[in-house]
Amino acid sequence: MVTQVTSFSRNGLSDFIVQRVTAYVLAAYTVVLLGFILTAGGMTYDIWREFFNQTWMQVFTLLALLSTCAHAWVGMWTIGTDYIREHYFGESADAFRLVYQVGCVLALACYIIWGVQILWGS
Amino acid sequence: MEISVYRYDPEKDKAPYTQAFEVDMPDGRDLMVLDVLELIKEIDPTVSYRRSCREGVCGSDGVNMNGKNGLACITPISDVAKRGKLSIKPLPGLPVIRDLVVDMEQFYDSYKKIQPYLINKDMPPEQERLQSPEEREKLDGLYECILCACCSTACPSFWWNPDKFIGPSGLLQAYRFLADSRDTATEERLANLEDPFSVFRCRGIMNCVNVCPKGLNPTRAIGHIRNMLLKRAV
Amino acid sequence: MSDVSTLEFDAIIVGGGGAGMRAALQLAESGKKTAVISKVFPTRSHTVSAQGGITCAIASEDPNDDWRWHMYDTIKGSDYIGDQDAIQYMCEVGPKAVFEMDHMGLPFSRKENGRIYQRPFGGQSKDFGKGGQAARTCAAADRTGHALLHALYQGNLKAGSVFFSEWFAVDLVKNQSGAVVGVMAICMETGETHFVKAKATVFATGGAGRIYQSTTNAMMNTGDGIGMALRAGYPVQDIEMWQFHPTGIAGAGVLVTEGCRGEGGYLINKDGERFMERYAPTAKDLAGRDVVARSMVLEILEGRGAGPEGDHVFLKLDHLGEEVLHSRLPGIVELSKTFAHVDPVKEPVPVVPTCHYMMGGIPTNIHGQALIVDGEGNDQIIDGLYAVGEVACVSVHGANRLGGNSLLDLIVFGRSAGIHISEMLAEGYSTAEASETDKDAALARLSRWDESASGGEKVADLKKELQSTMQLSFGVFRKEEPMLEGIKKIAELRERINSATLGDKSKAFNTARLEALELDNLLEVAEATAIAAESRKESRGAHARDDYDSRDDENWLCHSVYDPNTKILGKRDVNFAPALLKTDDDLPEDVFVPKERVY
Repeated sequence: MVTQVTSFSRNGLSDFIVQRVTAYVLAAYTVVLLGFILTAGGMTYDIWREFFNQTWMQVFTLLALLSTCAHAWVGMWTIGTDYIREHYFGESADAFRLVYQVGCVLALACYIIWGVQILWGS
Repeated sequence: MEISVYRYDPEKDKAPYTQAFEVDMPDGRDLMVLDVLELIKEIDPTVSYRRSCREGVCGSDGVNMNGKNGLACITPISDVAKRGKLSIKPLPGLPVIRDLVVDMEQFYDSYKKIQPYLINKDMPPEQERLQSPEEREKLDGLYECILCACCSTACPSFWWNPDKFIGPSGLLQAYRFLADSRDTATEERLANLEDPFSVFRCRGIMNCVNVCPKGLNPTRAIGHIRNMLLKRAV
Repeated sequence: MSDVSTLEFDAIIVGGGGAGMRAALQLAESGKKTAVISKVFPTRSHTVSAQGGITCAIASEDPNDDWRWHMYDTIKGSDYIGDQDAIQYMCEVGPKAVFEMDHMGLPFSRKENGRIYQRPFGGQSKDFGKGGQAARTCAAADRTGHALLHALYQGNLKAGSVFFSEWFAVDLVKNQSGAVVGVMAICMETGETHFVKAKATVFATGGAGRIYQSTTNAMMNTGDGIGMALRAGYPVQDIEMWQFHPTGIAGAGVLVTEGCRGEGGYLINKDGERFMERYAPTAKDLAGRDVVARSMVLEILEGRGAGPEGDHVFLKLDHLGEEVLHSRLPGIVELSKTFAHVDPVKEPVPVVPTCHYMMGGIPTNIHGQALIVDGEGNDQIIDGLYAVGEVACVSVHGANRLGGNSLLDLIVFGRSAGIHISEMLAEGYSTAEASETDKDAALARLSRWDESASGGEKVADLKKELQSTMQLSFGVFRKEEPMLEGIKKIAELRERINSATLGDKSKAFNTARLEALELDNLLEVAEATAIAAESRKESRGAHARDDYDSRDDENWLCHSVYDPNTKILGKRDVNFAPALLKTDDDLPEDVFVPKERVY
């Protein structure tokens, strides 16, 4: 059993499930969004705004945003542990990886906060 | 035919290089790659590689031939040569000891990690433990693994994390014991596999299936392990 | 040789095949400090190539099966020079040893009732030859050796045995009182030499089929244990007895299991005739291997061989149907396609008798203790030296081994040696330390090769010459004249090998040095075989002479013992006193007595 602190779940199975579930959410979101765009019959800021003012769409969008972040985190963490290794980076590989991971987390956190602000802001 | 062989002797070479040999095929026959290596060794006895059974069951002579891993002894030249040329390299991803001989320690270590032995806490009976033909059939396609390492060294996930990801061969063996009706350590085995690396670094690209000289399917075995883990969790 | 480091163990096992790993397992489980020295990673040992199965009276296929019947078959198969105490031990302990393998995880094929699947093999009978063909060979499809070897390696991992993989034993180290105290070994990866010291040294180095040009044996089967024993001055027994397996794939030498014939396959000549009906009317294709191999060679010599050269016959399997072939003989289908370019589902497989097994070896008792025969003809135990498996001659195979008995031999006697060594160590066995001179003696030939001058003959060329000499003069049928020529040729080769050149003297993973050291061993085995074959003036089991074409029980109902010091063949009594004859009143008294061997 391999343990690594920076994997939040420390469990491959939950990461695996998170990736699958979030992928379904994102797929559904894509379908809804595309369906709206294709059926809206012309696109203006007002139509767009109105669509996103509905509570269900706000919740769905937030869910999609959270899914994106969770999905991205698992993926980015995997990429980091695949490629940022001693083989390429020498002894400072661990430090590099930590910086990279912190960077990812901060970026994802920003997206969430910013997203909430957009969705519910004035 | 022109055969180029990866050469490296740690005592005298600073870096590996490729040496070309011109080999005449006796009577124009289609030889196995191992036969050609034997002919090369007669020309130059310093060329080093592992070999033994020469019939594809001992798993010694896994090498990379024109980019594809396989056993030299059961790979006919005609299957791998391209435009009359063949390049033979060591299995990728493992440290090279010399020429075509790689250090397989990491590979064996990952095998050892999965507790590759039958565990049954009950006292064994006087005779054999009974097993139905259907239960036994589940082991087909698993127990035949010869530990040649062709699969694991064709797997990028194993290249990146050979110390953490068990790799296709080890996981095939892990499932061999999970699937054995005589084994009682399923829970313990699964608990050891649920971390983010051991099993879940498999991205299902099936390089392992593509190169397995015994025609085994580690990706399918990994899928079975995932399903077992999933079932156990929900 | 002060730069040689010393590693110390209670017991070391040289060879990581079935017998070696079974012995190691026994020792590791009893808490002894044990190491296995193997010139390949253990699962690459030649046991892995065994296909058909492991013969043992576990009474699965026939609930009334009896180990005494198996014993009868084995004695008859051996042409009566198998030691009956050893054969009894093997057949009686066998079931326990096989069940242990199941408990260890060996994936045997199964019957509907969940018990181990058994198939018929050559030379098997019920009721002391009177009850017809038996089915006594326990099988894991046609990969039994692979399954057994991997299960043993797995068992050893569980037990925590220490392995020195890719270490090559150069020679035995003997102390001043003549006891064996370990071996000198080279670590292939570094090229460094180590003295591996032990109270017990177990040879489990396997066979030496590579003395022949055409063999089913792996390239590493070079008789390293026999070579080391002979150089140490110890004798070998029945070394003229070489089994030619009836079905090696013509041209390639790759083995096709006897299980093919057990499942119902049979041999045909170029006219499509099932010729074994003429040679062995009852057992037909399941007669003893020596009988079948000779019949095939006679067919070929009499012009009924197939192919443009008329040099092989066919093994017909297509009538068994695709399903049986794929479920029972999947490995054979694979090998036939690869090496004979034939799909056995549709066409017969071209086969020819091919050197397969060395019945002879280091004489031992049933505990695996190596023996010498003293001046008065009494057995003397060599302190510290054991031999198990193909390198040993315990002797359960006598002049001809039955199919499926080799795997049983490995696990039964590997186990018994392990048990004996544990007991011996518990009793506090000790012997004198090896001196520097003793150790240097074991490094002599390594130095010879490392100091060989350039410009001499090449190892590969000499090996080929040796192999073709053996093939020509000591094959299925043997004759005085060619054998004498062969012996002369081998003496000559000894001189030439002594002055041959080692083409690579580097350290790291030097396989050229390994092959040179192996050539020394091949030469020792070949010479012993040649002299023994010429000296045994009769035909018995696998040893068939045109000039002495019948069995001579008056002079040769005995083991031959080749003494490397005098290069003369002596004799040793066969054991005709299995313990059961004293205890079991029901047993017909004359059942194990030598009689004419017909199938």
